[in-house]
Amino acid sequence: MNLESIPLQAFLIVSSALFCIGIWGLLNSRNAVRVLMSIELMLNAVNINLMAFSSYIDNNLIQGQVFTIFVITVAAAEAAVGLAILLSLYRNRVTVDMESFNLLKW
Amino acid sequence: MSIAITTQFICFTVLSLVVIIGALGVVLLESIVYSAFLLGGVFMSVAGLYLLLNASFVAAAQVLVYVGAVNVLIIFAIMLVNKKEDLKPINDINSRRVISTSICLTLLSLLIRVDLTNVWSLSSPQNSIGEESTIRIGEHLFSDYLLPFEVASVLLLMAMIGAIVLARRDVMSKDISTGLPVDQELIEKSSEPLLTNKN
Repeated sequence: MNLESIPLQAFLIVSSALFCIGIWGLLNSRNAVRVLMSIELMLNAVNINLMAFSSYIDNNLIQGQVFTIFVITVAAAEAAVGLAILLSLYRNRVTVDMESFNLLKW
Repeated sequence: MSIAITTQFICFTVLSLVVIIGALGVVLLESIVYSAFLLGGVFMSVAGLYLLLNASFVAAAQVLVYVGAVNVLIIFAIMLVNKKEDLKPINDINSRRVISTSICLTLLSLLIRVDLTNVWSLSSPQNSIGEESTIRIGEHLFSDYLLPFEVASVLLLMAMIGAIVLARRDVMSKDISTGLPVDQELIEKSSEPLLTNKN
């Protein structure tokens, strides 16, 4: 290949694949910890997208990188609160099976 | 970026393969512990992709926050809740798998179609500011993104307090109803589950 640089589309395809894998894991996991991991995968896919656009389209005002920093912050907070909720759920139900958390099911 | 283009391609291919295969392993592997460690590998490879995109500061933040904090937190949570249990069988699990897989594949093909057919108005990544990006991020954070920056700090404080409150176990020195001293070590194992399973 005779290209000057890696095409933007390559990064976008990687992030699309990562996002879809995250959605699949979110829908199909029985273990609640794995659901949280899938959410982290999806957030990472979005971050790759933001970083790629920031580098290829907006490489002077790198606002995508600032957005990525904020997304990383929110993801850290989300993981901490999510795992705390998981611990108290485990304390009450003695399981992490997603199928047994059906109190709100009508 | 000063690396030769061939090296960039090789790095990109290896990193994306690690990302995709690692993510597949995270969602497909049977053992949750292997999944957690593979997740750390995925996070490291994503940091490598950021380095390829001339973003050293965000790559460092990714390694510090994701690998150093989130992944360690997940591994600790696995150690606290990892009990061998036989999952209840679901009767229509196969149709669920088929439907969710087809939805994901449809979404993936749609996204890839958009990625490939859209005409992006690109500026050349060769002229990127490179090492100056850290300075630029700092300028952004303390000028036009000052309010989100402060709100993010409040959010982190709230998340910290919330996590402590949620995960704390209320230890009482004596039982309320009987007045007998509570066996502190077995407080979780001896107690009945508060919410019984309806099914």
